[in-house]
Amino acid sequence: MKLSFTAADEQFREEVADWLNDNLQGEFAKVRYRGGPGDEHHFVDERKAWERKLAEGRWTCIGWPEEWGGRAASIEQQVIFHEEYARAGGPGRMGHIGDTLTGPTLLAFGSEAQKAKYLPPIRNGEAFWSQGYSEPGAGSDLAAIRTRAVFDEATGQWQITGQKVWTSLAHESDYVFVLARIDRESKRHHGLGFFLVALDQPGVTIRPITQLTGTAEFNEVYFDDAVCSADDIVGAPGDGWKVAMGLLGFERGVSTLGQQMLFQTELDEIVRIAKGNGASRDPDIRQRIAEAHIGLRTMRYNSMRMLSGGEDGSLSREAMIYKLYWSSWHRNLGKLAMDVLGPEAELVEEGPYELNKLQSLFLFTRADTIYGGTNQIQRNLIAERALGMPKEPRGSAK
Amino acid sequence: MKFAFTDEQRMLRDTSQAFLAAESSSAAVRTASTSEQTYDPELWQKICEDMYWQGILVPESCDGLGLGWVELAIVLEAAGERLLTAPLFAVAQSTVALKLCPQTDIRDALLSAIVGGDVISLAMSDQRSGWSSCGVTANDRSNTTLLSGTARFVPFGAAASKFLVVAADASGSQSVWVIDAAQEGVVTEHTPTMDQTRAMATVSLENVAVSVDQLLADDAASLVDKTLALSRILVVADQVGVAQASLDISVDYTKERSQFDRTIASFQAIKHKAADMMLKAESARSLLYYAACIADAWFAGEADDAALEEAACMASACASEAAFFNAGSGIQMHGGVGITEEYDIQLYFKRARATESFLGRPAEMREALACQLLDGGAS
Repeated sequence: MKLSFTAADEQFREEVADWLNDNLQGEFAKVRYRGGPGDEHHFVDERKAWERKLAEGRWTCIGWPEEWGGRAASIEQQVIFHEEYARAGGPGRMGHIGDTLTGPTLLAFGSEAQKAKYLPPIRNGEAFWSQGYSEPGAGSDLAAIRTRAVFDEATGQWQITGQKVWTSLAHESDYVFVLARIDRESKRHHGLGFFLVALDQPGVTIRPITQLTGTAEFNEVYFDDAVCSADDIVGAPGDGWKVAMGLLGFERGVSTLGQQMLFQTELDEIVRIAKGNGASRDPDIRQRIAEAHIGLRTMRYNSMRMLSGGEDGSLSREAMIYKLYWSSWHRNLGKLAMDVLGPEAELVEEGPYELNKLQSLFLFTRADTIYGGTNQIQRNLIAERALGMPKEPRGSAK
Repeated sequence: MKFAFTDEQRMLRDTSQAFLAAESSSAAVRTASTSEQTYDPELWQKICEDMYWQGILVPESCDGLGLGWVELAIVLEAAGERLLTAPLFAVAQSTVALKLCPQTDIRDALLSAIVGGDVISLAMSDQRSGWSSCGVTANDRSNTTLLSGTARFVPFGAAASKFLVVAADASGSQSVWVIDAAQEGVVTEHTPTMDQTRAMATVSLENVAVSVDQLLADDAASLVDKTLALSRILVVADQVGVAQASLDISVDYTKERSQFDRTIASFQAIKHKAADMMLKAESARSLLYYAACIADAWFAGEADDAALEEAACMASACASEAAFFNAGSGIQMHGGVGITEEYDIQLYFKRARATESFLGRPAEMREALACQLLDGGAS
């Protein structure tokens, strides 16, 4: 067992840190620590410009093969990049869906023409992507998708009709990948297609969803005979589920240590406040701050086990508990922040409803245990896949 | 960065688990833990002669294996999983204390004796005001020193041939001595406990005369602190095993038990409980092996005292709660049979309870961490 990185990896770390230090300056100084969950709506244009800056330095898509402009970075190097990016206060990545979802999907399942058309703009920080999976009737039960795609022989285009929801940053994106039903008679994960759809077209309407924070980073996206070309379906018609689920296999947890760096920043802020306002003498607060510290460190070593796991990319036990662990921890941290602040926590200092960071943290972390698979779904997955317990029988209990 | 077992470590885990599956069965544990000796000397002999677990941390110069904390944690985790009823923890703890004493011939002879199978237990605390509370006094009388007082919760004390005794003089300065269990003035009493798999004893000393030959360390306050922190990591390994086994046997039971024409393992109320148990067991395991790596680094001079203290406190708080939560939830998943003597889950529940308060409760561990985080120093 070895907790430290190799000398070569540490040299890579220095290179990343130096570049970020040199470039998160001037016009980009104001985007430091901005964006990310709960703050996605801020400095969008500046953060897009930052993506182009990253691209100049070859710091977008570092896990991609060199042939497509990546660095073919190892797992360790990707971890280090994310850590240093978070440490430097790099803003929430506008390009992260393209970098970590669209790109790997096309590299695995896409045609050469699709790669040539879509990969370079992602790599160069010029095209931004969003994800069209969830629907009003297909949340936890994703396979219940009803959005339809019909091939129009006359125009040679796919026509897409339906509604997607919880689409992060759709209003700031250029494309969305859409999981849609090709065969009207098909059920569940059969008969689906995976489509690459431009958002700027008459058939697409985007409506922001105002959240409990008063801000909006999620959207409803309506497709009303929206079109994409015959070449814009990834994989064979009917293989959409396979392509969509393939995405999950690409997630090796390389961003987890970087995510934890941001959590550490939040916890440090809470500790600073507790020391300042005397909450640090409250026995209950002391216990909870210690517990938060233990939880964050636990996440780190859970991640390091996950990252050191099987080379085959199979989801290990540590990987399966990760989402459940961090979302619960983060939600508790939001409440801890409020309890450390006491009655002051209520005060909204900038009108009409401009919440401060900890207030946003408290409110938005209620979403953490829901999006990306609710805690209940996560527990089902753990029980079924890791512990071999039987699936819940399907069907009606109405 | 490779936070995973090496091939050798994986092999050690597999052979340890296989050995204990055969030798520390439910029936064997029940027989050993209720026997007069409180353990099975034959099994202990087998462990010492065939497995050599008592020698893992002992340097090769003292006939040991000279291995590290990860290896020891692997074996102790397997021991917890099978409720091993043998003085393995006791000698591991004494080995830790001896390794912290200055190197002398006497010390090295004691380490060799442990490798030879001698049971040596640490008599450290009277538990009047916490685990660092020393109940034995050392009075200087011209050429000899007299030890008097009591040490409680001495692991497998009734089986020990020698004790390492922590004593305090009139000024409060602590020292460590080795005494023979048969020495005049020493009375060892097995103290029956709820958890019968980890025997405890009270060792009473009345004017036990000790010579300088028996002195292992002076000014031992720091040594005692470090022994406590490192001992907690040993307990954590046991607790991770208990947490894992509680999960495994409970899930197995729910897969067999049928109600409403379904196995109860198919109910979400059961599945979600099991998922939480796995999360706790895996998290405790991550902190255990982190703490084991830190312990190795600390002995190598590559980690400081604060890092060791932090690692031990975090792992202890996490693993204590994981073991208790999993064993308690395990009883609930078993339903009515969970509270019967016949099923093993109650044995894990008792071991989890006993280890949770042994060497410090989770709340004490968190308070120690809070001192580091909020008060800018140790407690």
